[in-house]
Amino acid sequence: MGENKIIELKNIAVSFDGEPVLKNLDLSISDGEFVTLLGPSGCGKTTTLRIIGGFVEPDEGDVFFDGKRVNDLPAHKRTVNTIFQRYALFPHLNVYENVAFGMRVQKKPNDEIKETVARMLKLVNLVGFEKRSVSTLSGGQQQRVAIARALANNPRVLLLDEPLAALDLKLRKDMQTELKNIQKSLGISFIYVTHDQEEALSMSDTVVVMNNGEIQQIGTPQDIYNEPKNAFVADFIGESNILDGVMIQDYLVEFFGRQFSCLDAGFEPNEPVDVVIRPEDIDIVEPVKGTLTGKVTNVTFKGVHYETIVDFKGFKWLIQTTDYYPVGSVIGIVLNPEDIHIMKKSEYSGMFGDYSSYSEEFDELGDPEAGLAEDAGEGEE
Amino acid sequence: MKTLSKIYNGIIFTFLYAPIVVLIVYSFNDSKNRVQWGGFTLDWYRDLFSNELILESLAVTLQIAVLAAIISTVIGTMAAVGIFNMNGRLRRAMESLNNIPMVNPEIVTGISMMLMFVAIYRATGLLQPGFATLLIAHITFCIPYVVLQVMPKLRQMNKHMYEAALDLGCTPFAAFFKVVLPEIMPGVITGALMAFTMSLDDFVISYFNSGSTAQNLSVTIYSMTKKPVTPEVNALSTLMFGSVLILLVIVNARQVRDLKKQKERR
Amino acid sequence: MKKRLSAAPFAVWMGIFTVVPMAIVLWFAFTDENGAFTLRNIAEIWQYSGTYVDSIWMGALATVICLVLAYPLALSIARKAEHVQRTMVMIVMLPMWMNFLLRTYAWMSLLEENGLINHLLGQIGLHWSIINTDAAVVLGMVYNFLPFMILPLYSVMAKMDNRVIEAAQDLGSNNWQILRRVILPLSAPGIVSGVTMVFVPAVSTFVISKLLGGSKYMMIGDVIESMFMGDGCNYNVGAALSLVLMVLMLICMSLMRRVDNGEDELGGMMA
Repeated sequence: MGENKIIELKNIAVSFDGEPVLKNLDLSISDGEFVTLLGPSGCGKTTTLRIIGGFVEPDEGDVFFDGKRVNDLPAHKRTVNTIFQRYALFPHLNVYENVAFGMRVQKKPNDEIKETVARMLKLVNLVGFEKRSVSTLSGGQQQRVAIARALANNPRVLLLDEPLAALDLKLRKDMQTELKNIQKSLGISFIYVTHDQEEALSMSDTVVVMNNGEIQQIGTPQDIYNEPKNAFVADFIGESNILDGVMIQDYLVEFFGRQFSCLDAGFEPNEPVDVVIRPEDIDIVEPVKGTLTGKVTNVTFKGVHYETIVDFKGFKWLIQTTDYYPVGSVIGIVLNPEDIHIMKKSEYSGMFGDYSSYSEEFDELGDPEAGLAEDAGEGEE
Repeated sequence: MKTLSKIYNGIIFTFLYAPIVVLIVYSFNDSKNRVQWGGFTLDWYRDLFSNELILESLAVTLQIAVLAAIISTVIGTMAAVGIFNMNGRLRRAMESLNNIPMVNPEIVTGISMMLMFVAIYRATGLLQPGFATLLIAHITFCIPYVVLQVMPKLRQMNKHMYEAALDLGCTPFAAFFKVVLPEIMPGVITGALMAFTMSLDDFVISYFNSGSTAQNLSVTIYSMTKKPVTPEVNALSTLMFGSVLILLVIVNARQVRDLKKQKERR
Repeated sequence: MKKRLSAAPFAVWMGIFTVVPMAIVLWFAFTDENGAFTLRNIAEIWQYSGTYVDSIWMGALATVICLVLAYPLALSIARKAEHVQRTMVMIVMLPMWMNFLLRTYAWMSLLEENGLINHLLGQIGLHWSIINTDAAVVLGMVYNFLPFMILPLYSVMAKMDNRVIEAAQDLGSNNWQILRRVILPLSAPGIVSGVTMVFVPAVSTFVISKLLGGSKYMMIGDVIESMFMGDGCNYNVGAALSLVLMVLMLICMSLMRRVDNGEDELGGMMA
């Protein structure tokens, strides 16, 4: 991965119909990097992608390709290619002609086209499909034609707008691996948009978490997961219990009337903070052995573990454990310092992390259809 | 219930076709009488082909229909694309503009255009009632039909396809012709066909905007119905009906054949 | 967005050839032969108020009859297999390809005192004196406009999801109830389209009334026509009459829109 910044967005702001969609956005993409824009529907990630692609003009701010300002460069002149949601293949052309489309526009010679199409189809595992009509292909196959069509033009950056949203789970997982392999083998940059945090964490070099038109955090998947910057990120990525606490001093935090050692420093003495504890990090022990005790109110079997909701003095925690603790039982928990993560208070404090409305949150996070609705809102010019 | 529905449908179809059958049958009637059958003859057909007035109006009608269909399809398709990309007040204004000829009584459209041509003629001496005025009038009422056929197709199209073409390097102009047009083509063709049909059959608007040199077939027929009509008119209508029937059968057969081909391919 | 510009030729053309003529009608309606402003033309309209009422009444009658006749037919076509549907639609549309004057004219010869129908009826001693009456004109209107009612109805019915009907059956409705509570409301846009396509031409027709109603028979269309062609020519009064006709039709149409509650596309039924 090079340090060369091939795309830079500086101070971007966009509104649709008077509603601000992106506010003050700064972002840079390096050569060969797999960047994912991650966030809920309506956060502005697709719009950001479309600004890079040239389909949306920012109201304020600048877009740079290789250091050159390209705001006024129309989409058809930019050296990026896009994989659109639902692929947008040309139904009146067969597979070969779809893949060859960009090259024909550039009037490349027939031999070159033939060679490149063959190479592309091999890359996406669709050799032999040249004459097929695109309407007869399955979703996964159409997806791959879309990839071949985009890559045939040798772009330096590939933009992918929730490309796997319409595929079923198993296929999605396979395609994730394939896409990552293609990116690595070609060495080009991928800018990937998704609302699926698992996808983001597994494929990316860098994750950009967005909400409400603003970037919440940029970092590697590990950073985002282990060191979320605010309650939104902590809640959006994985499950989090988020409580109010007070930073007594460096490495010492107080919540629930007790003090715990932790690994974070750099806060003001007695600064109010958000405390994040991941459900999988909590150990359940006998009540007498625990630092805190509470009562189990809800247990759901998820295969991999039990999702157990425990009530501690009115605050509901989510604990993921492979052991079964029936509803009504009293349990104790132990928290290790490395499992307690401190975040500065933000506008999101208090909005997340309490599992009182347990079932609704869960359904929403696991909903594969949630991203498709974004196309209607974000994709508008 | 099913037989009841069959009987009902049969009655309606009889109602629809009764006058047509009458026209066809009596075109072969060897008698000017509109009721009595005087024997089979092809005389009227022969006379038809020597009736210069009818043949001239037929030529005018066809020319106008073809030209109006082509021109209105071009203007209408371009309009649909433009309006589709508009929002709010501008879009509503354009759509209202498009609706005017459709919502207005034909007679009002007809006389309003006539008055305008009269005004222009009085002011500038140009545009005497004739071929040009007839053509202009026809194009005007044909355009809305095209727009209304193309708009739904634009709506159905995956909008990312146009962007995909741009993304792959097409200029907006080329992207329209290579990608959008093939997608909306069924709507364009249907629109053109509707324009052609409406123009071919038009009477009211043509009545007010024809000139002595350029008469629509319908207008000619109307002037003929003032006096006792000769069965040449029957012969003409039979021929017209017959040719349309053959055309539709051919088109339908091709559609069925294409569908079969598609199914076989799978 | 440069794409909007492609509507420019359309805007120019329609502006010149639709809006300007309307303005000219307005001008003629409010001026006299010398071009001076006057309200006399509008005043003259009063003597024709009866004709307006008659025409609207006849038009409404014809529209209702068309609707009643077309509805069962459209419904039965929409329930048939797809290739049968296509053939039947073609059969319905075919007569429209025959010149409208000629078809009306054919009815004339059928309905005449000495026409074919009376000739046949005469064989069994009956006689139908329908020609040159209101009834003949309504019949002519129904005949000419029936396909314009069938097609939009059919178009909406064909798109109706069969599963909605199955759901109603599942919930215990019999056929009659399904018709009333499910099909009828769902077909409302088709009804509105159809009525729009029939009512206005029916009210403003002038040929059908002349041919089937006799030369003395005057609907508002005939009156307007006589103001522009022929001896009693008076462009100004004619323009005024047209203006009033146009306004009346607009009022009727917007009343109907209000009943329908929501946007209907004139083009939706033609697709």
